[in-house]
Amino acid sequence: MKYIDEFRDKHMAASMARAIWAEVEERRTYHIMEFCGGHTHAIARYGLPDLLPSSIRLVHGPGCPVCVLPIGRIDMAINLARDGGVILCTYADVVRVPATDRESLLAIKAAGADVVMVYSVQDALQVARRNPDREVVFFAIGFETTTPPTAAAILEAKRLGMRNFTVICNHVLTPSAIQSLLDSPEVRQMGTVRIDGFIGPSHVSAVIGSRPYEFFAQEYEKPVVIAGFEPLDVLQSVWMLVRQINEGRAIVENQFTRAVTREGNTKAQTLVTEVFELARTFEWRGLGIVPYSSLRIQNRYGAFDAERRFGLRPASVPDHKGCECGAILRGVKHPHDCRLFGGACVPESPMGSCMVSSEGACAAHYTYGRYRRDNALGLRRAAGKS
Amino acid sequence: MSARVRRHARALDVRHGRIDMNHGSGGRATTQLVQELFLNAFDNEWLRLMDDQARCNLPAGRLVVATDAHVVSPLFFPGGDIGALSVHGTVNDVAMAGAKPMYLTAAFIIEEGFALASLKRIVDSMAQAARSAQVAVIAGDTKVVERGKGDGLFITTTGVGVVDPALDIHVHRAQPQDCILISGTIGDHGIAIMSEREHLSFQTTILSDTAALHGLVADMVRVVPDIHCLRDPTRGGLATALNEIADQSGVGMRIQEAAIPIRAEVRAACEFLGLDPLYIANEGKLIAICPPEQANTLLAAMRRHPLGVQSAIIGTVVDDPLRFVEMETAFGGTRMVDWLTGDPLPRIC
Repeated sequence: MKYIDEFRDKHMAASMARAIWAEVEERRTYHIMEFCGGHTHAIARYGLPDLLPSSIRLVHGPGCPVCVLPIGRIDMAINLARDGGVILCTYADVVRVPATDRESLLAIKAAGADVVMVYSVQDALQVARRNPDREVVFFAIGFETTTPPTAAAILEAKRLGMRNFTVICNHVLTPSAIQSLLDSPEVRQMGTVRIDGFIGPSHVSAVIGSRPYEFFAQEYEKPVVIAGFEPLDVLQSVWMLVRQINEGRAIVENQFTRAVTREGNTKAQTLVTEVFELARTFEWRGLGIVPYSSLRIQNRYGAFDAERRFGLRPASVPDHKGCECGAILRGVKHPHDCRLFGGACVPESPMGSCMVSSEGACAAHYTYGRYRRDNALGLRRAAGKS
Repeated sequence: MSARVRRHARALDVRHGRIDMNHGSGGRATTQLVQELFLNAFDNEWLRLMDDQARCNLPAGRLVVATDAHVVSPLFFPGGDIGALSVHGTVNDVAMAGAKPMYLTAAFIIEEGFALASLKRIVDSMAQAARSAQVAVIAGDTKVVERGKGDGLFITTTGVGVVDPALDIHVHRAQPQDCILISGTIGDHGIAIMSEREHLSFQTTILSDTAALHGLVADMVRVVPDIHCLRDPTRGGLATALNEIADQSGVGMRIQEAAIPIRAEVRAACEFLGLDPLYIANEGKLIAICPPEQANTLLAAMRRHPLGVQSAIIGTVVDDPLRFVEMETAFGGTRMVDWLTGDPLPRIC
């Protein structure tokens, strides 16, 4: 397939890998965080760790919109769909996220609630048009990539004078999440999480541009390389990061030049500022309450804000006791450090959000990871010895 | 039609009429529907007797039986419809034992209000599929459920066939070193259905691959009687079918991504929908597992058949007590190919 195969070429991959092997310095480790779930998925799906030296440690970041949704907000959607008589539309992965009492949107759908899985917010608008006598609520999630379409849908609903379409806005902001990570005690004081550099988001950066990351590079002295989601993009960005780290540089470099500019997509940014404003606080799974890290619908579009229309307030609900999603999202723990991982928590019946979406660190590890062989063999060896 | 068919006061209004509860009552309206619509389409010596059962002769060999319910949505999709699918699905299940499918029975659950014109179109397509597969629909049943209690039409078919007792094609017979073959491009059916879905319409030229595979199977067992396993990778796609075989046979598998045939359009659709083609349903493809020394002979036989032109050897069976299916990616890494989790595309067949 044109424009895809070029970025998955085996021979290019081999030569890029050779360049990385030549670049890494002996007796040095490189801790590189890929912020985005899209990168986590690509790394696992294409088996990239097979091509990299063991001194390169890839640390998964919190850039998976389904993963960072706290239970309280899912509970809110569940209550509204079950007891409020609305048609609730959302992206497919959201319906499987486990909430309080092991409920999920999928479970209440089976019990009779109107939950519709959509591929885009435009489909939710369609549902609202076809059901003029029903309240249709779109549960919007995502980082800056999915925000402009939600803004466009709200503008369209206003233009059409629709009165039965509202949005629960869970749109969150990438720079706030990165800053929260870098300011976390694990990174700053305790040093339990080492981050030498970031593989920067690709689609998010196409919207916000590369400029917002310059602050982290300068202030926190962390190199950032914005990378595309194809496997060769990721390999090349690892090589660029290793070079920066070796040379002691910390700047923002753009590997994904075919889509990302310094200023980003200003038209999309204008759409977003027209409809949304910064919310003072937002609770993230894993990161806790992060100030100015999410968007809310502005007053002048308040008629399309489901939280206002239905008087919704998310409660703060703790994660399942054994679940390590929070620590995994902060890079403190690895999926297989969680005692639920692969046992009580599997993609068929997830206990935590990171096992739900294919971009989640746990789901990607479980589905594609050959660690299971290592685990099984390790267990067998241990059993043989005892 | 036979002269014994009872005439009704007025013929069914196939052009404008709709199914109502009377058509499922078992009374005169039911008989009229059966005679004028089903019997007309499937016409054969067994149905003409209008008995509650069919008595038929079978040639020597072992009996093979399979049953399959069809709930596909939408009922008409690019390259086929629920009628043809309900024949192919069951014929293929029978054929995967290496058997020759001979008879089908069919049960129709119809929702009140369903257009007779659509029902006729589906039944005609089903009859056409059965005729070209040379299987006879010898018994059936019709039930009607109230509006809102079904979704148009569900069809359950049961197939009966006969297999040569010398053949031993079983899902538990895959052995280390065996070769894994696929009869053509993967994912066509699932993506064709998806392109028609209400909330997900996009323009595409991809047609469902729905087809009866027993002719291909007959050619295959003629040249390589010692095929170890056959399976049609329907729901859950190639990935799930390989995991089933690996699990049942107690072996692992190693496949090569670059060797798996896939249409550029299907790849493109999967790419922008975020789907993995390994998990997308097929309705006219089969996986064959055979001893390595016979793989090329089998491949050549498959490619000679019109339904196997794009056949390929995609991997080998390996010794692995953990029963993992692994894939060498076209990129040069390896990854696990796990069972399907969740359902990316409900009501695909």
